[in-house]
Order: sequence, then structure tokens, then C-alpha cells
Amino acid sequence: MSKTEITSILATDCGSTTTKAILIEKRDNVFRLVVRGEAPTTVEAPVEDVTQGVLNAVSEVQELAGRQILTDDGKAIIKPIKDGKGVDLYVSTSSAGGGLQMMVSGVVKTMSGESATRAALGAGAIVMDVLATNDGRLPHQKIQRIRHLRPDMILLSGGVDGGTKSHVIALAEIIAAASPKARLGAGYELPVLYAGNKDAQSEIKDTLGNKVALDITENLRPSMESENLMPTRQKIQHLFLEHVMSHAPGYPHLMELTDEDIMPTPGAVGDIMQLISRKKNLTVVGADIGGATTDVFSVFQGIYNKSVSANYGMSYSISNVFAEAGLDNIMRWVPFEMDERDLRNRVKNKMIRPTTIPYLLEELMVEQACAREALRLSFDQHRSLAVGLKGIQQERTIGDVFEQTMTGETLVNLKDLNMLIGSGGVLSHAPRRQQTAMMLIDAFLPEGITQLTVDSIFMMPQLGVLAKVHEEAALSVFERDCLIYLGTCVAPTGIVKKAGEPVLDYVLTKQNGDVLKGTVNGGELNVVKLSVGETAKIVIHPKRNYDMGNGAGKEFEGEVHGGVVGLIFDTRGRPFKFPTDNAERVKLVKSWYKALDLYPGL
Amino acid sequence: MASAYTPGLKIVSKTLVEKDRKLPLLGEVRVKKGDKVKAESVVASTNLPGNVFMVNIANLLSVEPHEINDFLKKKEGDFVEKDDIIAETNGFFGFFKSCVRSPIKGSIENLSTATGQAVLREPPIPVEVHAYVDGEIDDIYPKEGVKIKTTATYIQGIFGIGGEVTGLLEMVSQSPDAVLEKDDIKPVHAGKIIVGGSLVTAEALQRAIEVGVRGVIVGGYDAHDLKEFLGYDLGVAITGTEEKGITLVVTEGFGKIQMAHKTYELLKAAEGMKTSINGATQIRAGVIRPEVIIPLKVEGHEEQVHKGNNGMLVGTSVRIIRQPHFGEVAKVVNLPEKPVIIESEAKVRVVDIETTSGLKLTLPRANVEIIEE
Repeated sequence: MSKTEITSILATDCGSTTTKAILIEKRDNVFRLVVRGEAPTTVEAPVEDVTQGVLNAVSEVQELAGRQILTDDGKAIIKPIKDGKGVDLYVSTSSAGGGLQMMVSGVVKTMSGESATRAALGAGAIVMDVLATNDGRLPHQKIQRIRHLRPDMILLSGGVDGGTKSHVIALAEIIAAASPKARLGAGYELPVLYAGNKDAQSEIKDTLGNKVALDITENLRPSMESENLMPTRQKIQHLFLEHVMSHAPGYPHLMELTDEDIMPTPGAVGDIMQLISRKKNLTVVGADIGGATTDVFSVFQGIYNKSVSANYGMSYSISNVFAEAGLDNIMRWVPFEMDERDLRNRVKNKMIRPTTIPYLLEELMVEQACAREALRLSFDQHRSLAVGLKGIQQERTIGDVFEQTMTGETLVNLKDLNMLIGSGGVLSHAPRRQQTAMMLIDAFLPEGITQLTVDSIFMMPQLGVLAKVHEEAALSVFERDCLIYLGTCVAPTGIVKKAGEPVLDYVLTKQNGDVLKGTVNGGELNVVKLSVGETAKIVIHPKRNYDMGNGAGKEFEGEVHGGVVGLIFDTRGRPFKFPTDNAERVKLVKSWYKALDLYPGL
Repeated sequence: MASAYTPGLKIVSKTLVEKDRKLPLLGEVRVKKGDKVKAESVVASTNLPGNVFMVNIANLLSVEPHEINDFLKKKEGDFVEKDDIIAETNGFFGFFKSCVRSPIKGSIENLSTATGQAVLREPPIPVEVHAYVDGEIDDIYPKEGVKIKTTATYIQGIFGIGGEVTGLLEMVSQSPDAVLEKDDIKPVHAGKIIVGGSLVTAEALQRAIEVGVRGVIVGGYDAHDLKEFLGYDLGVAITGTEEKGITLVVTEGFGKIQMAHKTYELLKAAEGMKTSINGATQIRAGVIRPEVIIPLKVEGHEEQVHKGNNGMLVGTSVRIIRQPHFGEVAKVVNLPEKPVIIESEAKVRVVDIETTSGLKLTLPRANVEIIEE
């Protein structure tokens, strides 16, 4: 079927927790979103076939659209459309494979083993175990461990370039003997990344080449004193996307239904982010927060970067967000006190029953607090990975092997950021759009003037894959139905020494000539109404210790865009701290939430 | 669409359970197809070469390497006990002797007159794979292991810690909502797998370890106690290798949650029977759940079909799986078609239910799970 004949498109995104389906139709010669349906992703027993979740979500779509899309037995999609039944095109993305758990190995546990661990952690993986020649375990114990843990990927490192090869080959032999299987079973090969002594590459190929999906990259520890983690990190991210994340039980079955290859969700969302950046000529940071993973994208200096934080998310990974961020960091955003024991149970129960949704307001607040921390941690990881096209080698001595230091300068500069884009269930489906704006601001702490937007109903993944086959339809829906303009955040840098002291004066001149003037004080959030589609000129006079981008105390002039929330003055400082006294903290957080009318009854 | 989330846990009174039991390295299969085995039976084994120790005899005796043959008391291939004399000088009229003793129990693998060194090797390390469940050998994987089949009551838990253990099953809590307390656990429970109700307290779990209980099956466990017990905050739920001296299988979730009636009754019916449990859990795509296997003494294998989730209907029994009223059991009263705005202001599809205590509630459909009866 030619593109011009296509009038009805079905697109799905299989997340780790929820499968989302959208129906797009050409009406009056324009492609528009018609309806959206969703259903729990079916990667667990008894179904264990991601296709069932897709069919359930499509079933909801056909109920809402009031027309038949599935065959009478409900097991396939009618294609092409005939007598008002079915669709012309079906495409899908997937991130149903969930998180990334790795085993790493190095010859010496405290040398290459440590470097390999750092590389894996920096790439967003959970390190399940470190195998080393000198870890005190016998070969069969190592083999049993590999088999039991079922890692998603193994990173094999060890030996300096030009040094002895025998130890790292022995480690490869152990991996080969374990004959590790991919987590999702038959039909998949386990990815093993070799980043050790370059002189041993051919022996490694001989040992592992036929048993696993072997990939080879530069030695992460080319000499005792130097560490080169970036190629390994980039490769891990790539292998994760290709081999783990998009796969799921029943994946081959789903492939039979789609008209195009199933695309990994971050790839599809990343394409959309790049499209926005290119079309609007903006620097962009975007985030897609899912159940198991959080993906962050950025375009700075024309360079696109993507990172997948494989174990930060709102359902399967929520317990990991809690463990990594810590109780205090989660609770600092919650405007009431909570029993720790009760909170821990709630978080773990969300992990084991991932599709539940917050009924109580207080539960919504806790989930949104977790989302802030998941986004913050993922953004930290993104910054460390977004260092341009080439990683910079870090000289490392034996003395500082335990120190974790950044390799290379990040490209992400918040002062240069024009637009922050949010996507994912917790952002797209927040009951109030103010909540989305607040989560984005608190997690990313934008500086200067930053426009805030959100994916209206969480459909960027589907539009990303659709753009590959039908760009016109994808762009049409994107422009008209996808991006919601929340408003603009104005945030000077500088530390607030005393709450309530003036931080800036502003003069806002709207398109209709209305002029608004005001002063904003430290430690506060203030909202000025500026509707969707409105732009205004703003002149800001920051006080002595505050900087809007032209230097401390220097006047700043710029343009701000309206949105459903409006213009948000965030003068809490960059960075800002919370009061140590809990009652004071609660009072302060409540005042912020009240300023944005975030929750009812505050 | 009246669907509801169910974690899909398999809870059946009689089913065919098949288990692959494989060696980590190639070895010898010790049973044959059709053999009846006990959980403790070794079904396959192999020997790993023992560790090697080097002893420099020449240095220790202050002689030249080529001279060591004159002082050796053992020869290549001899077995030695720890501290056995390997080599000894004659001394001066029987006095002032120097000797070299074996640092290990093992054998003399090599004696070198070039280096003056002895290579000693510890005895082979046996690696054995046990059957884990009472059953019958269904298939042989040559040099690797076996497949065992057994007809059993099979219960999947939702979360667990610790590996495979076997013992006789004993109901300690007398109802599915009773809390398993420290004082409930007696020395008589040593070597057994005990069943609690809605919660096992941290003190009770500690006491169970002290008296030698092998495993605990219980409805709920406190996440805070889990953190204290493990010594770290479990981020990603991948468990099974913890060596805490006990295996725990949690059937319902975190906190105090009454064990599902069906689960409790199945366990009660099997009291006194030999039971195998494994706490290993991996909550992610390709999930692994903890399990309870109670082999039944019946001939043949009658498969009981696991009923899938056919959706909620009026009258369906459900359990609330999120606050408020978490853990309570209810019946579906109505399934409104249109989405409803709930307290958190989210607009969702809901279900009207009535709890066993008569409370009428409207909750998100996603927040209840169907109880299979």
C-alpha cells in the first residue's frame, strides 16, 4: 500500500508495565489522534507473551473508537482497512525487556574489576556480581553464579594492552563453560562485551564467538595507570537497546503483526526529541520516565546524546530509586511526615504489583516525589555520559582506583537550555499539569529561561516509530495533539542566603501591550498567568548575588512563552537547600505547592 | 474491558512439576531414567582438581635442588596428611634434624630435582547436585544432569530470599491472619519448614534461624525488616543467593497481609509432608518467583489446568492491592463503564466492591486483583 492510500494507523508502545495503543486517522485530509487505549503489559506468567497486552490495549481502542480493529477471534489486527474495519498500518515500539542487570569480570578484582564495575554503573546498569581471577571462588562456583543470576549482559575485562593474556582468556573460558543463556530464553543470545587486553581479542573470539553475542571494544584499562571507560559505556548502552530492552517474551509473535521492525522505545523518543530540536532550532533536554527505565535525551551544540538509566523507573525499578536516592531525598519533597516502615512497604509493594495507581492524594505525592528523584538520578547519569562524540581518557593511578571521577566535560549546560520536554506515565498522566511542571523543575533544576513542555498523553514513542514510515502523519499528530506547552521557568543561579529577600525585579511586556512589573523574593515560587500561544518580552534585573546568564547582578532580556501553567518564577536559588528542621521544611514545601496550586486542600 | 491485574502466581493442589538439575561442569550422572529419587539424593557429581601448594624442599633443608632425593620420605603419588614429614635430613648422630612437613592433606603430585620443589595437591573437591524434590528421573542429560518429575502441590510466592531447602511442613500460625511471633517458634521446629499467617516479625525470623528452622512460608514480611535482615536496601528484586541460614517465601507482599485462603488451606492439607522450597526471585521480564513444592504420594500425573484471568464480573472475589484498605478481600458489586475521578484526581476506570466487613468502596480497577478460587 502506498503512503497516500493510508488513512488509518495503529501504533503501540510496549512498556515494562503498561502497553499503550493509539489510533490515528486521516480526517479532512489531516492526520489526527482519534483515541488511546492501554492495558497491563503481559510479560509475566501465566500469559508471558507481550502480544496479549497489545491485543488488550487495541481492544480498548476499538471499544472507544466504536469500530472493529481486531479479527473476530481477537488474535490479530485486520489489515488493510475494509468496510470500516481494521487499520492500514500497524507499528510498535518496545521497552518491555525492562532493566539492565550485568555481571562484570576483571582479572584483578581491585583493578580491572573495579574499572569494569565503574563502566557498567556509569552506563546505568546494576552490577550483580564481579568475577575476578583472584576473588577466592573456584571455577565451578563462578559458573554456578553466572547461571543462577541470569545476567542481561556480561562485561569481560582484564589485562593491560601488551600484557599477559592467559588470565583474561581463563575468565572467558569460565563464561563459555557456564554457557549463559539470555534472560528471555531460547532464540536470544546473551550479549558479552569484551573490553580487555587488545592482544587477546582473537583468543576471546575463539573462546566465546560461537556461544554468545560477542562484541569487542577498546580496553577499559589499557595500562595500570589509565582508564578509558567511555567506549565501554557507550557500547553497553547500545547493546542494551539492541539485545535486552526491546525484547520480551512473545517478541517474535508481535513482530509477525507489525508492518515495520519493532523499535526500541528510547530510539523512537530520541528521534522525536531531535526532530523538535531541529524544527524549532532549540537546545533540548527530554526525559521519558517509564516503569523500569528512564531515558534522557539532549541536544546541545548540535550534538545529540541519549542515555538509558536502566534501573530508575516508577514501578519495577521504584525500589531501586528509593535505595539509590535514599529515604531523605525522597521525603524532602513530601509535605507531610510519614512512617518509614509504612513507606518502605508501599514502595516494595508497588515494585511487586507494578500496575497499581495512587488512589489517595498522599500516595500521589509520594509517587511524584519518587519521580523527581528518578529523573534527577537519570539526569546526573546523562550528564556524565553526554561528553560529545569521543570520550576523554582519564589518567588513573593505583592510589585513586577507588575514587569515582568524571571522565570528560559534559556538554549539558543548563544555562543554554531552551526547552525541557517530559514524557512517560507519571509526567503525562499527572492529574494537574502544574504537577508535571513542578516535577520537571525540581528534578532538572533549569537555570535562566527554560520552556517546559510535556507529551500530552504519552505517545512520543509511537510517533517516533511512525515517523520512520510515515513522517507526514507523525508530524501532523505531533504538532496538533502531542506537545503540551506548560509554560516557562525563570530561575536565576545563586544561593539564597535569607528567605524573603528580593532576588529579582522584572518587567513583562505582553503581545497586547499589557505591562506587568514585579519583584520576586528568595526561597519562593511565583506564577504569572501567560496563556498557551502567548509570548512576552521580559526584562529581569537580578540582585547582586544572582545571575540570569549575563553575570551576577546584570540585566537580562529575553522572550518567554506561555502555557497551561504560565510563567513560573523559581527563586529558590541554584542550588537550593531544604531546612534541616522538618516542620520548617514541611511549611516551605507546602508554600511552593500552594503557589502552583499543585494539590487540592493544601 | 473488565480486566484486572493478577500477578499470575500459580497455586495448584496437584500438578506435574519438572525440574532440571545440572552440574556446573561436566561430570557423571549417578541415576538412570525411571529411578525414584529423594530430595537429598545425589543425581550427578563431578570432582574438581584440588588446590595446588608449592613447597621448596631444597630451601627449607638448605641443600641443593639435585640433592633432595637423598632426603625424601615420600614419593610422587603418595598421600599425605597435614604435617606428615615429606623430607628430612639425617642430622648429626640423629640429632639436629631438619624436616619439611606437608602444609595440607593431599597427595604429592610432583618432586623436582631441578627446582628442589614439591608440588602438593589437595584432594579433589566433589561437586554434587541433589534432586531437590522427591520424584522420578524423567530424562538424562549425559554428563550434565537430569530432569526430575513429580506430582505435587505447587505454590508460587510473590517474593522470597534464600535458596533451595527441604523439610517437613508444619503449620505454626493457626489462621491465615495470625502473626508469626518469636514465642511461636520452638526447638521442635528445627529442620522443618514452618507456615505463618499474615506476617513474620523480625524477631520471629531470627528465632527461627537460631532454632534451625529451614524455611518460613508466610503472607507478609516488613520491607524495613528485610533491609535490616539483609544489611542493605534491596533495590532490584533479584534474590536467592543470600546465605542467611533460612529460606523465606512470602506469598502476598510487604507488610501485614493475610495469606490467601486457598494458599493457607493447601498448606494446611499438606502438614507433615516433605516440602521443598526455594526463595529465588527475579522480578523483571522473564520473572522468577519463589516456590513451594510438596510432592504427593500418588501414581501418575494428573494435570490440573491453571485457570487464567477471565476478567472481573459482578460477584468476582478480589483483593485490594493498594492503599486504602490494602490486603482486604471483597466482592465485585458493579463495574462502571465510564472513568471516574478518584481522590488523587486521577481519572480512571473503577470497580465498585464490598469488603467482607460490609464496607462499600469504589477503587481503580488496577488496584484490585482477582482471587482465583
